[in-house]
Amino acid sequence: MKTLLPIYTLLIFLVTAGGELEAKTIRVGKSRTVQAIQKAIDLAIDGDTVLVDPGLYQEEEIFVQKSIILKGINYPVLDGRNKYGIIRVNARDAVIDGFKMQHSGRSEIKDIGALMIYDSYRVVAINNILDDTNFGIYVQNSTNCTIKNNFLTAYGKNEVQSGNGINCWRSDSLLIIGNKITGHRDGIYFEFVTNSLTWRNISRKNIRYGIHFMFSHHDTYIGNVFEENESGVAVMYTNNIHMYNNHFLNNWGDATYGILLKDITDSEISGNHFTRNTVGIHMEGCSRINLYKNAFYNNGWAIKVQASCDQNSFTSNNFIGNTFDIATNGSLVLNSFDGNYWDKYEGYDLNRNNTGDVPYHPVSMYSMIIDSNPASLMLFRSLIVSLLDKTEKVIPGITPENLKDEKPLMKSLPL
Amino acid sequence: MKKIFKYVLVDIVQNKIVLIYTLLLLVISLSVFNLENNASKGLLSLLNIILIIVPLICIIFSTIYIYNSAEFIELLVSQPLKRRTIWLSIFSGLSGSLCLAFFLGAGIPILLYHADPTGIIMILMGLSLTVVFVSIAMMAAGLTRDKAKGIGVSILLWLYFSLIFDALLLFLLFQFQDYPLEKIMVFVSFFNPIDLSRIQILLKMDISALMGYTGAIFREFFGNTTGIALSFAGLCAWIFFPLLTSLKKFKSKDL
Amino acid sequence: MIEIKNIRKKFGKLTALDNVSVSFKRGECIALLGPNGSGKTTLIKSLLGMVVPDSGTIHFDHELITGKWRYRSRLGYMPQIGRYPENMTIAQVLDMMKDIRKKEHQQYDEDLVKSFGLNNLMQKKMRTLSGGTTQKVSASLAFLFKPDVLILDEPTAGLDPLSSELLKQKIIKEKQAGKLILITSHVLSELDDLVTEVFYMQEGKLAFHKKLAVLREETGEHKLSKAIAKLMRVQEV
Repeated sequence: MKTLLPIYTLLIFLVTAGGELEAKTIRVGKSRTVQAIQKAIDLAIDGDTVLVDPGLYQEEEIFVQKSIILKGINYPVLDGRNKYGIIRVNARDAVIDGFKMQHSGRSEIKDIGALMIYDSYRVVAINNILDDTNFGIYVQNSTNCTIKNNFLTAYGKNEVQSGNGINCWRSDSLLIIGNKITGHRDGIYFEFVTNSLTWRNISRKNIRYGIHFMFSHHDTYIGNVFEENESGVAVMYTNNIHMYNNHFLNNWGDATYGILLKDITDSEISGNHFTRNTVGIHMEGCSRINLYKNAFYNNGWAIKVQASCDQNSFTSNNFIGNTFDIATNGSLVLNSFDGNYWDKYEGYDLNRNNTGDVPYHPVSMYSMIIDSNPASLMLFRSLIVSLLDKTEKVIPGITPENLKDEKPLMKSLPL
Repeated sequence: MKKIFKYVLVDIVQNKIVLIYTLLLLVISLSVFNLENNASKGLLSLLNIILIIVPLICIIFSTIYIYNSAEFIELLVSQPLKRRTIWLSIFSGLSGSLCLAFFLGAGIPILLYHADPTGIIMILMGLSLTVVFVSIAMMAAGLTRDKAKGIGVSILLWLYFSLIFDALLLFLLFQFQDYPLEKIMVFVSFFNPIDLSRIQILLKMDISALMGYTGAIFREFFGNTTGIALSFAGLCAWIFFPLLTSLKKFKSKDL
Repeated sequence: MIEIKNIRKKFGKLTALDNVSVSFKRGECIALLGPNGSGKTTLIKSLLGMVVPDSGTIHFDHELITGKWRYRSRLGYMPQIGRYPENMTIAQVLDMMKDIRKKEHQQYDEDLVKSFGLNNLMQKKMRTLSGGTTQKVSASLAFLFKPDVLILDEPTAGLDPLSSELLKQKIIKEKQAGKLILITSHVLSELDDLVTEVFYMQEGKLAFHKKLAVLREETGEHKLSKAIAKLMRVQEV
């Protein structure tokens, strides 16, 4: 908390700079004159701080419509009793800091967020704990908002009845930083969210996707961890995304992907780790994506590229310990694979330039057989299958001949 | 029982073929672990050795050994010994020494370079396959009098378990690919000890891939404790069934 | 001591033993004779329990041997071709046999081991031995446990004349000690001084079973080989 103090000071300064009145602090608590948070907010004016003592507060939805700092001391508990949303913000420059929001209500008709931020500008939600909420933090029609260091836990049983952790819709320039999200439908959900940064979040064990977005152009994702989500990560219909140094781990199952890229174009994916996923990356209808310096370790399939993808380039990636490196469903190859390290490469390097002298064909025949006849996976690594695969390597018949790495590296890259 | 076992073991351990087998395994394991820059790739190369070479050497060596010991077995039968004791001693001597060879040649390098669950299951499966194929060799040698024929039967059995069975299975999978075959595949795999072992290793090695598609079914069955216990029971059945068949035959056999 | 009654054995179409009945007594030395394939070896193997007869009974000291194994501790067997685990030394083979028969016998008869000079070869591996030396090992093993009955299958085949003589002396000695000795051999001349009875088989049947003395008297020949030859001629006529 101490380290964050300068930020508050700055924020307070910013908030109050233009104000003509001296900012004041209103305290809320069981032993104080103001006992309800809503009442304190009603008393406050722009630039004020509402400081809440520890304790249990069972109010109906708290509404913040002013440029105030609403701050809890030692996580006062705001209880929605499974009926209400907990805080609703429609403001400029408001801060919601340090609350524990629990048991928010859910509705069949509309999405109720424990913390709703709508039609707002420069709102900050920081250091909150959300427990047993339906939708966690819901941002709608807002700009320049920051969602930082929040801890969101839900206990969703199925996709239909649960809500998303951080749900953003039709917003711009958001910062989603350092949140930990678990047990929701989608950990983070973006729809029509542009120019935003998602940084250092940890989204794990959600019942659908770790992150799920569509129509969210020009966004950047750095250093996030997406782990053990039921269906991994799925992103769709978006251009100009930048994904750097994210970790996609242990996403296991049928139709579960480290990341599913559907209709993603003109994007950069670099420095990411895909480890122990059933499928590291699944690409459909993607164009002009640069995938470089990613690490694919111990996945079932490192990458599945559907024939509908074109002009994507895969360079300087490490492929180590994957059951299958690349799988595809067509014979036409419109993507390039160059200068990657493949641990299954068995070629040689006579001129010692650390580049293999014969091309590597990363598509194994048996992966194509399994694609059409999944039960045959049981025969994998048997003698008959090894023989078939070896034959195919010598005389390619089923696998696309042009899908090859002309310059496979002899040594793995330090990623 | 213990007495003869001891002498048979000492005899086989000094056998040149067994010594070469041990050294061959050792050279292969050490080279795959040292030449490959990651140990799991080395383990993958060893997988083929365990699933193919180990059964082949075990079944052929055991068959030849039993035929070559015909006179020795006669001598033993002329001694005050139960035939059951003699046969079981030879079986334990063969499996004991070949297991020792496997453990020294492949087990120790695996433990040195890759002592994780995958490595350990590979050692266990290598040992199980050794014993299973000694047992199958005892059956092949027990049922045929002629040495050349017996060795032929052994090679055919090996070929069947390591290649033909899976080829047939693959063929059937494609013939009936419109039907849900996963559960049947689980059942069928019990009819081949090599498949049983291979699936146990796959479950450790390629778990990520197995989780997709039908993998869930395999994992559900083979991955849980009951499944693992059943696979081991299956392997034990593959040890006892041929052994007891050959024992029954040997008890009333004219030498 | 050994009572064989009506035993039959078929190997496929070949009848190896056809209703053979015979009894062997203590203190006799019996020559089992007959052409190749006449069923001698099958008879011996039946005694040893290596071959299970299709019908008939074999009693050893009034005890039925079918399915039994303990009676063999009173048998000593020297096979025609002895082959041993090839990496064992002679010492190990002897030890192993002693080990196997430990309970019943404490004292060993190592006369032959000594007279054959095997003591100097103890550390040699079985696969390095010549056929003759292997036979010496087999012979030594047969006598090692002082058995009541000795079954010797072509005992002198492959032995040098000196060792052959040593073995003969040993056989005579054991005969005099009151043991039952069964010998098969092709070299009839060797059996002259040894045998007391002749048991001749042909095509799985017993041709005749006579005291040597009776045989000599009937044929007027002293040499066993000649006596047999004469008898066979008579039978053919």
